[in-house]
Amino acid sequence: MAPKGLFFTENHEWIKLEGDTATVGVTDHAQESLGEITFVELPIEGKELSAGDEAAVVESSKAASDVYSPAGGTVTEVNNALEDNPETINESCYEDGWIWKMTVKDKSEVEGLIDEQAYNKYVEGLE
Amino acid sequence: MPFISNTDQQRHQMLEAIGMTMDGLFADIPQELMTNSLNLPKSMTEQQVRSHLAEMAGKNHIDLTCFLGGGFYDHFIPAAVYSIVSRSEFYTAYTPYQPELSQGTLQAIYEFQSSVCRLTDMEVSNASLYDGGTAIYEAMMMALRITRRNKIVIDDSVNPIYRVMMDSYTQNLKIELEQTTSIDGLANREAILDKLDDKTAAVILQNPNFCGCIDDFTDIAQAAHEKGALLIVSTYPISLGILKTPGQMGADIVTGEGQSLGLPMSFGGPYLGFMASRKKFVRQMPGRIVGRTTDRQDRRSFVLTLQPREQHIRRDKATSNICSNEALCALTALVYLSLMGKEGLKETAQLCADKASYAYQRITAIPGVEAHFRSKWFFNEFVVDLPCDAADVVAKLIEKGFAAGFPLRRYYNDMENSLLISVTEKRSKQQIGLLAEALESVL
Amino acid sequence: MKLVFEKSVPNRRGVRTSPSDVPTSINIKSELLRGSTPTLPELSELDVVRHFTQLCQRNFGVDTNFYPLGSCTMKYNPKVADRIASYPGFAHIHPLLPQLRLGGMLTQGALQVLYETDMLLREITGMAGYTMQPMAGAHGELTGMMIMAAYHRDKGNHKKTVLIPDSAHGTNPASAAIAGFKVKTIPSKDGVMDLDAVKESLNDDIAGVMLTCPNTLGLFNPHIRQLCDLIHSVDGLAYYDGANLNAIVGQARPGDFGFDIVHLNLHKTFATPHGGGGPGAGPVGVCQRLVDYLPVSIVIKRDDGTYALEYDRPKSIGYVAPFYGNFAVVLRAYVYMLMLGAKGLKRVAENAVLNANYIRHKLKDYYKIAYDRVCMHECVFSTTAKMAENGIRAVDIAKALIDRGFHPPTVYFPTIVRESMMIEPTETESMETLDAFIDAMIEIAELAQSDPEKLKAAPEKATVNRPDETKAAKELDIASL
Repeated sequence: MAPKGLFFTENHEWIKLEGDTATVGVTDHAQESLGEITFVELPIEGKELSAGDEAAVVESSKAASDVYSPAGGTVTEVNNALEDNPETINESCYEDGWIWKMTVKDKSEVEGLIDEQAYNKYVEGLE
Repeated sequence: MPFISNTDQQRHQMLEAIGMTMDGLFADIPQELMTNSLNLPKSMTEQQVRSHLAEMAGKNHIDLTCFLGGGFYDHFIPAAVYSIVSRSEFYTAYTPYQPELSQGTLQAIYEFQSSVCRLTDMEVSNASLYDGGTAIYEAMMMALRITRRNKIVIDDSVNPIYRVMMDSYTQNLKIELEQTTSIDGLANREAILDKLDDKTAAVILQNPNFCGCIDDFTDIAQAAHEKGALLIVSTYPISLGILKTPGQMGADIVTGEGQSLGLPMSFGGPYLGFMASRKKFVRQMPGRIVGRTTDRQDRRSFVLTLQPREQHIRRDKATSNICSNEALCALTALVYLSLMGKEGLKETAQLCADKASYAYQRITAIPGVEAHFRSKWFFNEFVVDLPCDAADVVAKLIEKGFAAGFPLRRYYNDMENSLLISVTEKRSKQQIGLLAEALESVL
Repeated sequence: MKLVFEKSVPNRRGVRTSPSDVPTSINIKSELLRGSTPTLPELSELDVVRHFTQLCQRNFGVDTNFYPLGSCTMKYNPKVADRIASYPGFAHIHPLLPQLRLGGMLTQGALQVLYETDMLLREITGMAGYTMQPMAGAHGELTGMMIMAAYHRDKGNHKKTVLIPDSAHGTNPASAAIAGFKVKTIPSKDGVMDLDAVKESLNDDIAGVMLTCPNTLGLFNPHIRQLCDLIHSVDGLAYYDGANLNAIVGQARPGDFGFDIVHLNLHKTFATPHGGGGPGAGPVGVCQRLVDYLPVSIVIKRDDGTYALEYDRPKSIGYVAPFYGNFAVVLRAYVYMLMLGAKGLKRVAENAVLNANYIRHKLKDYYKIAYDRVCMHECVFSTTAKMAENGIRAVDIAKALIDRGFHPPTVYFPTIVRESMMIEPTETESMETLDAFIDAMIEIAELAQSDPEKLKAAPEKATVNRPDETKAAKELDIASL
C-alpha cells in the first residue's frame, strides 16, 4: 500500500512535496515488477526537467524502466548511494531508495497528480 | 521433399487430427494475395547441386599468389580450427538465451571477450559485431552517447573502405564528421589538434593504418582527453603479437576486423567485428556481453548480462539494434588464438613483418620503383610508387599469376601510380622474389 | 569447467610456425612495440581440441534435438551447403580481387552466385532488386530504414515518424531510432496491428510503417494490403521485416501485399546455420521506385553473359558493408533454394504452418492459448490461472523441458502476452518429434498441479541450474584479464 501524503503518477513514480522542493522515487509496485534492481542511472544535478521528461533509468537483470519526472523544476540533489546499492530501491522505495530531489516550479502540477488512495485503486485495477 | 521429415500420409494424419484442410490453414491470407506458382529453376538433387556449384567455384581464380591486403589477409589457418568450429553443437545453436543449454557457447564468448582484452590491453569487450567497419560505426555511436557531443574527427589513414561506410551511416544523423589528411603516412597531428574542441566526441584512428604504417597515438590520446573527447583505435589483431597496443596508447574504445584470426577470406564474409573498451563505458557498449556468475548449486556459470542495454528490452532506446552477431566467427578467432598461443601469435606477427620488410627491399630495388613514404616503420604492408599507372601494372601481373596488390588511386586521388603490397607469413622468399622479377619485367 | 587460460602450461605449444626463409630484421623501433607477449594460453593442439569439444558438449543445437525457439526458425541446416561453402574456389577468394582491373573475370563464379541469389529472391518475394550487403536481419533493417530516409530526403519530404506495432521484435524500433526516426507504437487488436489506430495516427510526418507478417504472435494480418495502401496515401513507405517469411514462402509474396522494402533473414527462412548467434545474412529487397537507393556495389549481368560489379549509382545510400555481405552465408542459402525449387519452398510453408497448428491444437487444453484461432508458423501460449496459483511461471515450464531433452520455446516474448511461450516447430520436424514434445508439455502441465516444487527445481539434468543473473549484472565479471 502506498503511503499517505505523497502524490503518484500512473507510470509508478511518487513525489513528496516539502515547501518548494520535492523528492522523487518509484513505487513499491514498480520495484516489485522490475525484480531485484541492479543499476540506477541518476539524473545530473542542475538538470532542468519538465513534467514527463525522462529523468532516470532503473534496471534489473532483464528489464529497464524509465523514470519520468512527475513535475517541472531543477534537480538539486541525487541519491548517489544508489550507485553502489541499487537494491535499496527494493528494500526501501519510499525512504532510503529515493532517486532525486528537485525544486518545483509550479506546485499545482504536483497537487494535480493522484493521491495514495487513487493510486492504490489504480494498481489494483492493473492486476 | 528435401529436408522435410513428414510423409504425405503423416501430413494427412495431422490435418485430420486438427480437423483442418491445408487451404484452411492459409485462410487468413486473402485469396488475391496468394501466389499460384513461382518461376524458379527446377529443383536439384544433392549430387546435381554439388557438381553445379563445383563448376561455378572453378570459375574463381584462387591460384594467384596473393599480395592483396587492405585489411583482409591470406593468413595460415591450422586444421584444428575448422575441425572444432564445425562441431554442430556450436554450429546449429542460436543466441544463448537458455544458459543451461548454452554453457559451451557462453563460456567460449567469455573467453573470446577475455582474449580481445588481453590482445588490446583493454578492460571489457563484447561478444562480437558484424565486421571491422560496422565496429567503427558502433564505436562512434558509443562515443556520442558517452560524451553527449556530436563531432567526430577521423584521419584519412583509416581504411577508406570503412570511411565510405561511415559516410553512409551518418547521412541521416546530426553528426559532424570531419576528416584530416594524413602526412607522410602518419596521422596528421596538427590538423587533429586543430579540430579537437569541446564539441568533439571522438578521434578515430587506425594502427597499423591502411597503408601499413605504424604509429603511436599516445600524444593524440592525451590531447583528446584534455578536451573531454575519446580516442577510438581500429586495429589489426595479428599485429598485436608484437606492436604497442591501443590500451598502452591510452585508447578509450578499440575496434578491429578479426578475419585474420582463422577465418577464410570467403569473398568478403562472414568476418568478425570486435570491440573493447574501458570498464567505465561498459553500459554504453553495443551488443551481447557474457558475464560470469554462479548457479543454484554455486557452480561457475556464464550468462548473457547487461541485457537492458539491448534492443529486445530497450527497443528504440537501446545502445544498438544489433541482435545476431558473428558468434561462430568469434569462436573461430578464440580457437585460433588458443592454438597459436602467446608465442605463436608473436612469431606469426614477426614473420609477417620480416617478410614484408624483405619484399620492400626487393621491390624498392627495382629501377623506377620507389617507396612512397619517408616514414620507414611499417608492419606487413607498404606502398610503392611505380613509374606508370598501378592499375595497369596489376592487370599485367594478373596474367603472370600474381594478385600483386591494391592500386590506391581508387581512394586517394594523388596516388595514381601507388601500389599497396601486403605480405603474410604464407608468402615464401621465392614467391616474393618471383613477384619482384615479374614486376620488373612489366615496367 | 576451467577456462582455457587456466589450462595453460608454460612453454607448451599448439602450432609450430614455419621457420623464416628471409633475414630476420627486427625493423621496427622499440617504442612502437608492445614490450611483452599477449597473455594468450599456452596449450598443445590436443589440449585445445579437448577443451572445445568438452565445451560443445555443454551446448544444444538443432542437430541435438527439437529446438522450437519461437521467431528464430531453428530448422535443420542441410550439410551439403556447408560442404559447398568450404570449396576452395569460394572460401579462398580475396574480396578485393574483382575490384582490380580485369579482376572481375577472375571471380565470375562468385559474382554469379550473388546475381542469381538476387534473381531468386526477387521472384520469391515480388521485389525489384536486392542488396546482399546486410550481415544480419537487424543490419538489413537499418539498411532498409536508411533507404527510407534517402527516399524522403530525395523527395523533399520532412517525415520523421515510423509506425511500429507493439508486437514487433525489439530490433524494429531500435533500427528505426538508430536511422534517425522517431517511433510511434501502435497497439494490436485481435492480435494484429489495429487498422483504426493506424488511420488515427496518419499525418504528414509519417515516413512509413515497419512490421512482420505473420507477426510475432504467429498471426497473419488479413488487412495487410489496406494497411500498405493507407501508408502510401501519405507518401509513407511500408517495410516488411522478413523474420517470419518462413510461414508464407512460396505461397504469397510481400511485394504483392504492397510492401516497398523487405529484409530477409537467410539464416531463418533459407536454412543457413545460426552459429550460436550468427553469422546470419539480411539481404534487403526494394520495389522498383527504390532500386536506385540500394547500396553499392550491385552485381549486374552484361550482354555477353558475364557478371560485373556496378558502382555508378548516384542515388545510392552508399556502403553498409565493406564488400558483398556475408558471402558464405548467401552461398548456403542459394544452394538451399536451388535444391528446393518452387514446389519445395511451397512445401516449407505448408509444413511449418501445419506443424505449428498441430502443436496449438494438441496443447490448447493444457496451457492458456493467447489467441485461439488458426496460426501460421508459430503459436503463443502462457501459463494457466491454476499454474499461476501454484507459483508456476513460463520459466519453470522452460527449465522442465530441458530435463526432458528439448530446447524450450522463446519465453517472455512477445511482451504483450504475459508469461508467454512462443513455439515455432519449423517444417523440418517430424510428427513423432512433435508428439514427443507434446507429451512432455502435457506431463509438465500435470506436474504443475501435482508437484509444482519439482518444476521450480528444474533443470536437474543440465550442467548448470538457473545461474544467478542478478549477481552477473552486479558483479560484472565479463573478462578474465
